[in-house]
Amino acid sequence: MDFNKLFQLIIAASLINNFVFTRFLGLCIFFGVSKKMETAVGMSITFTAVMVISAALSWVVFQYIMIPLDLTFLKIIVFIGIVAAFVQSADTIMKKVSPSLYYKLGIYLALITTNCIILAVPLINSGEGYNFLESMSFGLGSGIGFALALIIMASIREKLELAEIPAPFRGMPISFIVAGLIALAFTGFSGLITL
Amino acid sequence: MGHTDKSNWELIKNGIFSENTIFRMAISLCPSIAVTNSLKNGFFMGVSVIFVQTMVNLTVSLIRGFVHPKIRIPIFMMIIAGYVSIIDMTMAAFARPVYKQIGLYIQLIVAFASIFARAEVFAVKNKLVPSVCDGLGMGIGFFLAMIVISFFRELLGKGALWGFPIVEGNPLLIMVLPAGGFFAVGLLMGFFNWMDAKIAERKSAGQAVEKQAA
Repeated sequence: MDFNKLFQLIIAASLINNFVFTRFLGLCIFFGVSKKMETAVGMSITFTAVMVISAALSWVVFQYIMIPLDLTFLKIIVFIGIVAAFVQSADTIMKKVSPSLYYKLGIYLALITTNCIILAVPLINSGEGYNFLESMSFGLGSGIGFALALIIMASIREKLELAEIPAPFRGMPISFIVAGLIALAFTGFSGLITL
Repeated sequence: MGHTDKSNWELIKNGIFSENTIFRMAISLCPSIAVTNSLKNGFFMGVSVIFVQTMVNLTVSLIRGFVHPKIRIPIFMMIIAGYVSIIDMTMAAFARPVYKQIGLYIQLIVAFASIFARAEVFAVKNKLVPSVCDGLGMGIGFFLAMIVISFFRELLGKGALWGFPIVEGNPLLIMVLPAGGFFAVGLLMGFFNWMDAKIAERKSAGQAVEKQAA
């Protein structure tokens, strides 16, 4: 097993091709829940877990069911079905097994089903032809990258609350401009690793 | 929102202005930055969204009597995914160069909050014609937002429109970079907020004058 490659994938997915700042996925969540540190942390944990598991699940379905049956043209429909079914069952299981955890993270689970960032992981995996471990590493890397973005943004926005901002720019617009500045910083990572 | 009393024209206008997906509701933001680095990409993305949104509203409105409320979410998802697959394959066949750049984001229309939300809050409770108008309005609102953003980004970033060079000299490279997308949307949003505030101010000033006159 080539661990070097897996490590490179994780770094590349989290820093160089950061989902939020270079691929622009998950922006709704990114701007929606980055107001408070606590929610940002909860969201990042849930997202990373769901991404890794759904990457694994959809890889199995894609390799062993869809390719043999020549159904790859249905991948959008199938992947969203897998993600939705998984999230729904995780929701139910968590409610029964660990109500305290459900109370903390359950609301984020509901938001995940219709989120582009979760769906993008299996779509990119199948497009790039990653193997099982590579798919999971890509999921993990993307999750870490998203967590990083969310936590940076949340800590800045907590400070922004106290800043004096021109009236038309309060709220959303200033967050966009801050995100743009962070994205500019993230361009510095490009060229860190060449795959 | 129950049955709507608004006229069809009002529904379309509502989608374009007061509930504009990107500048007002601030949802479905991913493509607003990802594909707006050139006018062409923005145009194709916008057209795809108009198609999907209208067709989804149409279908959901047609089947609204048959779907049990408990299983409506998976069913809506499947309907949306079906239409997205159609547009995805059509673009892959007929607009290859554009598809190579924005293909991933076309596939991800399926996860658009705005499309699902309109099916859920509007189409499922309303008759066919209002639902189609609502979908059309929402779609056009999104389309116009894409056009405005990509117009500025391509003009400033490459000095070109639709791939044709217009302005000579050094363009602002930053506008086509990822960071520029965030700046463009942030500045445009701020501008629209400012305009709104100005219009509201003028209106209230006008009312005050009328009151004095009375």
